[in-house]
Amino acid sequence: MMDIRPPFRLAVAVVALTAAACGGADEPTSVPLSSGGSATVEAPSPTGPVTLITHDSFGISKGTLEEFTADTGIEVVLQMAGDTGQMVSTAILTAGDPLGDVMFGVDNTFLQRALDADLFEAYESPALVGVPESLRLDPSHRVTPIDFGDVCVNYWIDRFDDENPAPSTLADLADPAYADQLVVQNPETSSPGLAFLLATIAEYGDGWEDYWAALRRNGVVVTSGWEDAYYGEFVSGGGDRPIVVSYASSPPAEVIYADPPVDTPPTGVVTNTCFRQVEFAGILAGTEHRAAAELLVDFLLSPTFQEDIPLTMFVFPALASAALPQAFVDFVQLPDDPHLLDPAEIEANRNAWTERWTEIVLR
Amino acid sequence: MGTVRELVRASARVLCVAIPAGFLAIFFLYPVGSILVRGIGVGGFERLVGLPGRGSFRGVVWFTLWQAVASTALAVLVAWPGAHLLARRRFRGRAVLRAATTVPFVLPTVVVGGAFLALFERFGLSDGHYRLTRTVGAILAAHVFFNVAIVLRTVGTFWEGLDTRPEEQARVLGATPWQAFRWVTLPRLWPAVAAAASIVFLFCFTSFGVILILGGPTRATLETEIWRHAVFRGDLASATALAVVQLVAVLAMVVVANAMQRRRAVGQVPVRRVLPRASSRLLVGNLGLMAVVLGMPIAVLVERSLTTGRGPDAAWSVRNYAALADRVDLLPISALAALRNSLLFAVVAAGLAVLVGGLASLVVVHGRRTTSRLFDLGLMLPLGASAVTVGFGMLIALDGPPLDLRSSRWLVPVAHALIGVPFVMRTVVPTLRSIDHRLREAAAVLGASPARVRRDVDLPIAARALAVGGAFAFAVSLGEFGATSFLPRHPDRLTAPLALFRLLGTPGEALRGQAMALSVVLMVLTAASVLVIEGWGRRGSVRGDL
Repeated sequence: MMDIRPPFRLAVAVVALTAAACGGADEPTSVPLSSGGSATVEAPSPTGPVTLITHDSFGISKGTLEEFTADTGIEVVLQMAGDTGQMVSTAILTAGDPLGDVMFGVDNTFLQRALDADLFEAYESPALVGVPESLRLDPSHRVTPIDFGDVCVNYWIDRFDDENPAPSTLADLADPAYADQLVVQNPETSSPGLAFLLATIAEYGDGWEDYWAALRRNGVVVTSGWEDAYYGEFVSGGGDRPIVVSYASSPPAEVIYADPPVDTPPTGVVTNTCFRQVEFAGILAGTEHRAAAELLVDFLLSPTFQEDIPLTMFVFPALASAALPQAFVDFVQLPDDPHLLDPAEIEANRNAWTERWTEIVLR
Repeated sequence: MGTVRELVRASARVLCVAIPAGFLAIFFLYPVGSILVRGIGVGGFERLVGLPGRGSFRGVVWFTLWQAVASTALAVLVAWPGAHLLARRRFRGRAVLRAATTVPFVLPTVVVGGAFLALFERFGLSDGHYRLTRTVGAILAAHVFFNVAIVLRTVGTFWEGLDTRPEEQARVLGATPWQAFRWVTLPRLWPAVAAAASIVFLFCFTSFGVILILGGPTRATLETEIWRHAVFRGDLASATALAVVQLVAVLAMVVVANAMQRRRAVGQVPVRRVLPRASSRLLVGNLGLMAVVLGMPIAVLVERSLTTGRGPDAAWSVRNYAALADRVDLLPISALAALRNSLLFAVVAAGLAVLVGGLASLVVVHGRRTTSRLFDLGLMLPLGASAVTVGFGMLIALDGPPLDLRSSRWLVPVAHALIGVPFVMRTVVPTLRSIDHRLREAAAVLGASPARVRRDVDLPIAARALAVGGAFAFAVSLGEFGATSFLPRHPDRLTAPLALFRLLGTPGEALRGQAMALSVVLMVLTAASVLVIEGWGRRGSVRGDL
């Protein structure tokens, strides 16, 4: 006997689904072309919906965006577009016909590339007055600083004591006392890896090559990404190396997401090894909702959003007056004087630097 | 009446060709073509010309090629005894075992990488003389883990349908079991082996996460180099040059593999007979091999998912699973909701893959020679193309009416289906080809129309292969990360692999535990779905002797 019904039923379902897929007209992002271009110039009435493009690490508490909508009447559509590199590359490929109106998350290591591609329209947000001067890296306001995070050397506290103290400087890491203890990420494939290389360049200038040669002699291990460093080689994930390149916000995360709960973080931060990553938002050139986009950038700098940042993204609010959650107050050691490099200098040299780094450390 | 029927038949034939051709053209050829043209426009051609002169480039090409060849050969060797067992022996739990082998497919490389590193550590292979950590050995082991199921299932399904009588005749005529296998069974199995091997090869050729995580920072393949240049360096020209090399290599490889499959295809009468029971020694030996290759990394994940605390404080607990239902602040939705999204996408993707792949298989087997070859070649290509090329291509190509799909939620399952179609075709085509002409001729002589022959002869026989391919497409979609990450998504439509990646991106035992629990749920869900999908295929397939 033959029984062929089920596959046919399946086929019918498949066709139905295909038809549904072809339809797909329920997308909130398909925005009608605005015809009154001149009208927008004369009377910039903020209309939406406005689309916010972010990287995959973007987080926001439920209800936060709804507050913006309640205040302004503007709907916000979120679109996540991969990691920072993917997001910026995507924006460059679609420049002039952007996927959204505002982009959040481009950092100072990618900033110059985005600026060179003329991705953004200048906008000076009135909320900028509350942001420290040191974070405002673009004098012409094509981008607005929203948050910052520090990439720092972390260590596992239990592995060190008074006789055998934790490292306290970059130079310590090259000391034979810390041989075979450090894990870093490849700056050619990892964002914290690149940030750490930049920290060493900011610290040592032309001497960075010798420093890395010394790290190599001292048995540094290089992984491709943060996950394999922190969870593969570092003590936290069961590895046996007690020093790793991670973030200044890693210790509070170790407390907030501890299981079973702990009172203090098991990790500490070496505060003068930090490189500061600043994340920016910018209005994408070609937007049809300029006025609404401006309001959204203002909102990203508002206390409501700024105070939501630490626990959803594990970075720090750019707004100096924003209150920090208790775990951040208790367990974060922020560097007084983090390393920073000019975005233009980074963009001009990064390929040469990373290639040289590869020769020194991996070949 | 006659003309109406002819019209229907003609339009059915046109649709058979038009649907797969349109799908490939719109969602693959046009996007990839667009991004390559863009890349060439910004200096990609000059880079391409300059490539062969660079030693590092030759090294990358050589490594990409040999690790893929070695991985494929190993996967075929490891899967072989299991394929035989599944095809030719009866034992309790056969269907479950069959479904369970598909599980590695959905596991994100970042999770599997961690499991492998933990295993190496436990067996003292992370350091010293027998170090596997950050070596090619680790890459090969992981590739076997991920791909053994493809060989097992593709070859096993085909083998099961092979008539056993020729071997029995050979044995009666005095051949040893080895001779009977070597000269009677192997030649007939060849099309399925070639089909499976070609898929495994393409997977390993374009492998990304395994290379980066397990191979360490010194190893690079074309795929990782394309990504590094396009995404990390923003150097579209170099990425394009490498993508052209990758596509040409894949094209050449598929042409050769397809020729091998065609040359060796042998028609036969499908026979289903009572299989002999597996001897316990055979069973234990096979299951032992499978347990080592597939079971151990999975066991590590299960153990981790059921553990909370680290070091001396570690304790058994199901807390990680309970946590899946609650949204953590880091994620826009709960892990469970992400799983639901993944399931929905996988259903759509598998449905699309079965539709497109099924029609394309008919065209490959019964269509005109040129069309057949083009389909056989073209629909394999997405498997060998970089996620970067396809992802960026879709973003710049599908950006205006009538194809403004860039931020459509359906673009994700479509991208998944592109990778699922080759699986459907590689299981269905060898099966369709193996249907004896005499069977069709007999049906035709008895008055069946070509459509009727297709429905009553081809479909029942192909149903099982269709289901196996569909189940693979389903599993591929559940676990897909690369292409998905390039397509802009609403946060509420986060998929399980993306959620997993995000959970593992922040320190904290609870997040890591939840990621492990999510992986295990993903595995169980895959095995269950595969069991159900293949159940349909079996019910629809031929019963008893024809």
